Amino acid sequence: MLSLTDVSVAYDGVPAVRDVTLDLPDGRVLAVLGPSGCGKSTLLRAVAGLEPAGGTIAWDGNDVGRTPTHKRGFALMFQDGQLFGHLTVARNVGYALKLRRAPDTARRVEELLALVGLEGYADRMPTTLSGGERQRVALARALAVQPRLLLLDEPLSALDAGLRERLAVDLRRILREAGTTALMVTHDHEEAFTVADRLAVMRGGRVVQQGAIDEVWRAPADRDTALFLGYARVLEGAAAELVLGRPAPAVAVRRSALVLDEAGRLAGTVRAARATPTQVRLVVDVAGLGEVDAVAPLDRRPALGADVRLAVDRSRLAVVGAVAGGAS
Amino acid sequence: MRRTLALLGLALGPVLVLGVFFVLPVAGMVARGFWPDGAFDPGGVLEVLTRPRTGRVVWFTLWSSAVATAVSVLLGLPAAYALHRLDLPLRRVVRAALLVPFVLPTVVVGVAFRQLLGEAGPLGGLGLDGTPVAIVAGLAFFNVAVVIRSVGAAWEGLDPRPAEAAAALGASPAQVLRTVTLPALRPAIVSAASVVFLFCATSFGVVLTLGGLRYASVETEIYLLTTNLLDLQAAAALSVVQLVAITALLALAARLRTVPDPAVDRRTARPRAVRRSDWPQVTATLALLALVAAPIATLVVGSLRVGDEWSLGNYRALQTTGEGALLVPVTEALVTSLRTAVDATWMALLLGLVVAVVVTRRSRTPGERRVRSVLDGFFMLPLGVSAVTLGFGFLITLDRPPLDLRDSALLVPVAQALVALPLVVRTIVPVLGGIDDRQRQAAASLGAGSLRTLATVDLPVVWRPLLAAAGFAFAASLGEFGATAFLAREDRATVPVVIFRLIGSPGAMGYGMALAASVVLAATTAVVMLAVERLRVPSLGAF
Amino acid sequence: MRSVRALASVLTAGVATTALASCSLVGGGEEEDNANGSPGTVVLVTHESFTLPEEVLDTFEERSGFRLEVRSAGDAGSLTNRLVLTKDRPIGDVVFGIDNTFASRALDEGVLADTDVERPAGAAAYDLEASDDLVPVDTGHVCVNVDDTWFEREGVEPPRTLADLTKPAYRDLTVVPGATTSSPGLAFLLATIAEEGDDWPAYWERLLGNGAKVVDGWSDAYQVDFTQGGGKGDRPIVVSYDSSPAFTLDGEGGTTTSALLDTCVRQVEYAGLLEGAANPDGGTALLEFLMGTEVQAALPDSMYVFPVRDDVELPADWARFAQQPETAYDVDPAEIAENRDDWLREWSDVTSR
Repeated sequence: MLSLTDVSVAYDGVPAVRDVTLDLPDGRVLAVLGPSGCGKSTLLRAVAGLEPAGGTIAWDGNDVGRTPTHKRGFALMFQDGQLFGHLTVARNVGYALKLRRAPDTARRVEELLALVGLEGYADRMPTTLSGGERQRVALARALAVQPRLLLLDEPLSALDAGLRERLAVDLRRILREAGTTALMVTHDHEEAFTVADRLAVMRGGRVVQQGAIDEVWRAPADRDTALFLGYARVLEGAAAELVLGRPAPAVAVRRSALVLDEAGRLAGTVRAARATPTQVRLVVDVAGLGEVDAVAPLDRRPALGADVRLAVDRSRLAVVGAVAGGAS
Repeated sequence: MRRTLALLGLALGPVLVLGVFFVLPVAGMVARGFWPDGAFDPGGVLEVLTRPRTGRVVWFTLWSSAVATAVSVLLGLPAAYALHRLDLPLRRVVRAALLVPFVLPTVVVGVAFRQLLGEAGPLGGLGLDGTPVAIVAGLAFFNVAVVIRSVGAAWEGLDPRPAEAAAALGASPAQVLRTVTLPALRPAIVSAASVVFLFCATSFGVVLTLGGLRYASVETEIYLLTTNLLDLQAAAALSVVQLVAITALLALAARLRTVPDPAVDRRTARPRAVRRSDWPQVTATLALLALVAAPIATLVVGSLRVGDEWSLGNYRALQTTGEGALLVPVTEALVTSLRTAVDATWMALLLGLVVAVVVTRRSRTPGERRVRSVLDGFFMLPLGVSAVTLGFGFLITLDRPPLDLRDSALLVPVAQALVALPLVVRTIVPVLGGIDDRQRQAAASLGAGSLRTLATVDLPVVWRPLLAAAGFAFAASLGEFGATAFLAREDRATVPVVIFRLIGSPGAMGYGMALAASVVLAATTAVVMLAVERLRVPSLGAF
Repeated sequence: MRSVRALASVLTAGVATTALASCSLVGGGEEEDNANGSPGTVVLVTHESFTLPEEVLDTFEERSGFRLEVRSAGDAGSLTNRLVLTKDRPIGDVVFGIDNTFASRALDEGVLADTDVERPAGAAAYDLEASDDLVPVDTGHVCVNVDDTWFEREGVEPPRTLADLTKPAYRDLTVVPGATTSSPGLAFLLATIAEEGDDWPAYWERLLGNGAKVVDGWSDAYQVDFTQGGGKGDRPIVVSYDSSPAFTLDGEGGTTTSALLDTCVRQVEYAGLLEGAANPDGGTALLEFLMGTEVQAALPDSMYVFPVRDDVELPADWARFAQQPETAYDVDPAEIAENRDDWLREWSDVTSR
């Protein structure tokens, strides 16, 4: 189990990570989610031992803060893979095995390539691979020595959307199959939701909220967190009460939280409508809320200026600040 | 075809310069050997090659240079790392200081080394004076800066993340070095090593002074054969051997140098704070500094002694002609040296940049690639030819219009620029070669012409190495002795020439002045190098 | 932003360099460079040890009306060979510095033009038998020098002859410059050849067997290894010149070294007009000037050699401490011409064995 206690990192006196305290139980995947520049990659590098850090970084209760990177047994996978350009795919994957003079390297490499779906790629050079293939090789390479902790630095963000989704699913499967404990940093909540089962949200060098994915999802700690988790808007005060049906300081709503429904509680005027492959996206001017997003089924596209009624899907909104964030 | 022509067109300038100031003179001298008395007689030349002495000389040259190159690389790599990747205090100063040996006249260094190693010297107990160990030490002393600077420049621009990835995969620092860093630095190391080998193999003064005449190298042998025995056949034979060996070496180096993944991501890592785990490199650097400093300290101490007292008298005397030993005061020679060095530097940079650009553009056809690699090797050749051969060659070939250049003031800076050119090319090429060609294509697609592409894509990446190269060229020019002594006019003598004169004059006065002048030359070089270092705007090191 | 800055720096550096270069040699060729072509200039080709005070050189220009240009490079051997190689298009008008060991090569190769320069008092004694196209200018002797203070302190009798140097008493005390790389070294080799005849290689083997050290050049031997040189070495016996004792004054009216006058060999330096000289008149004037009293009197202090004229006064220190030997080893220039290369090759083999 990885335990971080009050971990801080500063560059030239400017703090990049402040007092981060986190726990990651064995076999779990924790996603650290945050906008770029929030310090999440620095935190990852500190865990890897690539940045000197204050506080305690411990594995199973043993402080590893003074252990050099290569002795921590944590494998790091970079955003762009960082394959060794002068080595073939097989030798990249077998790199760590060879360092340890592990027996039967060839067979293990084959297994790993199969695991990441790259059978037959053994003798290719990294430059001949596509971005997705490179990331798969990097993953296989990182998994080769069965690290006690796998660190993933934005593993999928260099890839295009379709590939990213597919690879995220693969990554989840592979991590589950291997039973790997992993710490992943990302700025993409979809990626985090797909791959991880725990989430920590970072902003300005601090962890503002952490917990199981659905806990965090259901109760964002504050407005910014909610927006970062993919909620479209945060309504406050009277608007929040109107949507929720009971008093609440703030409510975060997904785009799909308001649905066109003749029996709905809210009334408004359609200001914009745009069809997507699965639904129609609307902007509706609702009395007491102002302009909000809403959705309609594809077969019911209202005209601009039409008066409509909206129902609230309670599963698609969250009360902000309902649960005290931070420690879990 | 048109591309190849354009390529040759661009290369034409440097090729012409090298043709006139190098190929023609050397060919002229070699021709005298092959055509003694006007009749073609290759047999005489071949006969020389069968002499046992020739074999001995060639063998000694090869092994001493190889060992000295290995020593230079081994000593230089840790220092290159420590001085270019770690945030050591005073690292700029140290970097500048380590280039000082490179400019010191061999006569002076020879004397300093011998005072250190000689029977009466502090290290006399080691019994190294006049042994091959002393020669190798001297050669490494001169050349370790080449390794530090050119490998250091490459190391500075090396993406740190592959190394981090390796460490995170469980590679120890030594394993990271062996499996990731060194392969990535290979082009730079091979480049530096080949230059150092050439410098060692053609070194003249060090072998003579430190070897005590017991060891002859190809270079000293050519000198002896040409200036003393006037045995041009034998000299031509050895020159040809030298050229063939160097061409072979260059071909080998080019093969070893090829970058496995040419599209290296160049991002400069900010030097990081020194950690405990860095002590081996830091210690090695300090040890190297001590090794380099010892002979220099001998010089400084010597320059401050007049009779048995401490005094600045030797320095004050630099404004004089040393009781008539010189035609111009040392101070004036220093001005001449600096001016000549400025000329030589811009010439070498201009030629070197053109050559580097020509050589590194991606080839579309095998023929084009061959032209490029031949050009690449061609500009290295000046390192591989004896200054004596070149000097005599100037005299016998540049003697009639339109090339009546024997008395031209251009000759000295051009000769010095030719000596510096390979250094410049070898420093810039690995970096230019590492630029992803797609960046240039991107610039072109955004409407940048080829010059603009050069200025916006290549220059921003290459300007650091370019500065390093400028430093080299300047230093090489300041310290150049062989060709300069042959070509410089008495009233325009450079400092090394003046030092040579002073040290050859009897009486303690000349000797002390020679040491003082050497210290001034060394200090000047260090200052210029520091200025070059300063030009590296610190903010550029940031991410 | 980054690249803009970088570019700015490069430009600054470029501008600065250009500014520097604009005051450089190439930028401002302040003098006409093709001196060979201009009739008012005399070009003197000489070796790297040539120096004369500027006033003396100015005197020549004032008196003769010719501009004097000095081109010096290499040692006497290199000088001679340069002239041989460029004899079709000579690199100057006058040569100075061909010595008696290389004179024959210059004469045989036809480098020199006929001249008719009158010899001043005493100079004719140094004329070559073969030709009077080479005009003697200065002379000196290469002699073994010893550090008298060292021998006094150690209580050892200094050596006197070449044979003494091979005695056990002088083991590891001698340093000599190489014959192939220095002109005093070659002169010393000639002394041993004159003394030992054909057995000279055996002498050298004994000398080296007795721990004699062979180094690159005079500076190395004298300044580094000799106990009275600038570097305070540890060998009290060195091959140097008869004038050397005049440069090791002890400050109390004496000198710390002396030349062994039984070990000397004579060196004479000659000047001559080059065949095909562009300015033969200026050349002849320069030859005469080199024999004149100004140059002759300046020779000891400038080039550490004795004048060939016997009517000029020597500097005071010279008169006291620089003794010329009465007799010296002499090797016939014709014999030198015939054997020099073989001797040097054999010497190389003996010393590098």
